[in-house]
Amino acid sequence: MSASLKVVRPGLFDTVQDTGRTGYMALGIPTAGAMDRIGLRLANALVGNPPDTAGIEIGVMGPDLLVEADSVRVALVGRLSPSLIEGPDAPPKPLEADRTHLLKRGQILRVGMIEGASTAYLSVAGGLALPPFMGSLSTYSRAGIGGFDGRRLAAGDSLPLVLASAAPGDERKLGVAFDYGRGPIRVVWGPQDEYFSDEGKRTFITAEYRASKEADRMGIRLEGPVIAHATSVASGGADIISDGIAPGAIQVPGAGLPIVLLADRQTVGGYPKIATVTSVDLPRLGRLLPGQTVRFEAVSVEQAEKLRREQEAQLLRAIAGLTTARPVGGIDLVRLYEENLIDGVIYDPTAV
Amino acid sequence: MSVRYLSCGDTAFTVEFGNEISPEINGRVMALHAEIAHARNAGTLEGVTETVPTMRSLMVAYDPLATSRADLQPRIDALIARGLPTDMASRRVVIPCCYDDPEFAPDLSEVAERTKRTVDQVIAAHLASPFKVYVLGFMPGLAYVAGLDRALYLPRRAQPRVRVPRSSVAIAMDMTTIYPFESPGGWHLIGRTPLWMFDKRREQPVFLAPGDSLEFQRIDRKAFDRIARQVEAGAFDWSALVNP
Repeated sequence: MSASLKVVRPGLFDTVQDTGRTGYMALGIPTAGAMDRIGLRLANALVGNPPDTAGIEIGVMGPDLLVEADSVRVALVGRLSPSLIEGPDAPPKPLEADRTHLLKRGQILRVGMIEGASTAYLSVAGGLALPPFMGSLSTYSRAGIGGFDGRRLAAGDSLPLVLASAAPGDERKLGVAFDYGRGPIRVVWGPQDEYFSDEGKRTFITAEYRASKEADRMGIRLEGPVIAHATSVASGGADIISDGIAPGAIQVPGAGLPIVLLADRQTVGGYPKIATVTSVDLPRLGRLLPGQTVRFEAVSVEQAEKLRREQEAQLLRAIAGLTTARPVGGIDLVRLYEENLIDGVIYDPTAV
Repeated sequence: MSVRYLSCGDTAFTVEFGNEISPEINGRVMALHAEIAHARNAGTLEGVTETVPTMRSLMVAYDPLATSRADLQPRIDALIARGLPTDMASRRVVIPCCYDDPEFAPDLSEVAERTKRTVDQVIAAHLASPFKVYVLGFMPGLAYVAGLDRALYLPRRAQPRVRVPRSSVAIAMDMTTIYPFESPGGWHLIGRTPLWMFDKRREQPVFLAPGDSLEFQRIDRKAFDRIARQVEAGAFDWSALVNP
């Protein structure tokens, strides 16, 4: 019998994502990939997967997943409101985030709402046994490619697992929640900052912008003060000859409100891009919820590259610092079952 | 000819060859695209993850943990300084197109009227245009193909269609395109090809590539239906359309 996780109730925006479909932008194929590469990387590290292994990106609210495998080890990274592991022959126990859990056949993972962010990640030890499309498992739903059938997860989907059962070993946890940083989002001016007036650039760098409801994997429309284009541009319209769009590009169409372009962004575009979010702060945009506010601060390319190297070192320290997790509630029922120390009738009610 | 380097954050930069659309400038873009691919295959230019050609610029994407802008830009400069080939070999691709059915070509007579030509002259001009694929984008596999006979120059439709069928062949300005998916669209529909520009079942799902020379070949409805059945079944021999 093949091992799988079955979606018994879908979340809102769950898709399979890895680190992206690199190398096909020239053919018009967006890279897609995890909106928050840090979350996916930590979830993979927890379960012992290589960093580019595909996991489930949970958007806003997670799914209920039924274990149809002898056992499976999963890790959830992100702040989640009440999430549970249920039955069939034990009381529900809380599904703590930022650590691994060993689940048995018939148990259900009930993933709740994400708190304070738009994305969280669920990784499975060994990964998902899905066919890559153009070298990647990242879902790009607009073209129906990658991931599970090229779309969001739906009720009844069975996600095939590479491993039929989990390897023995301790559960692991993250020492402290990863610090994504605070303060303004760092950006590099360009590629088309010359299309904006000095006043427009000053507005962009000093004002507060709020993420609107028009936010998805493609990008986030921001609300706030209008950014003035250069007068020479205004006369000819806010258009350029289309060029490539890097992750985090902030385009400003004629109306003057910025749009940050993210994982599912189109490959080329004809609106001038005032600045580009640095790779170090891109995961913060990938986690931004409608209504949350941001400010921007300009740094040089060299500074941005240095910040990214520092964050990578911080990530490697976090991964090196993963520790053995105490069983949830003091007693690890699954472990006890495994070792045949107890049966389903006896349990510690204080552990619930 | 000097180029400009535009910053795209710390994971990419754009090499801009000019601020106009011309075959010469696009030729240089495609040549640098190919030169960088060569260098990457040879194991140099470590850290470059991909390049994105457009009409007049090339975006170079890189991994800031594997290289840096300060390291890469002089190497790209050196490639350009060494001289970019101007006579790049390009694929010649033939696209069968049926102009006959009014369902396929709802705008054909309006295009003829507005350009003061007969329908047959419009078709002949489309067939004779020396097309070149400049850039793919907007959606997977959608190619902006320039070179349309200036006699057929029309702006986009004032009222875009909500639903343009897949594989529609359309024109606007000095360009033609083929819709890879059913989608909204504002170009003038003058025919339809039985081919799919994006077919995820194929080893190479996207048929056209930047730099391709392209010509249309007129087919009748019978030939259209026959090829469409083969494409649908995944049994069509696409290689016959390349450098025929």
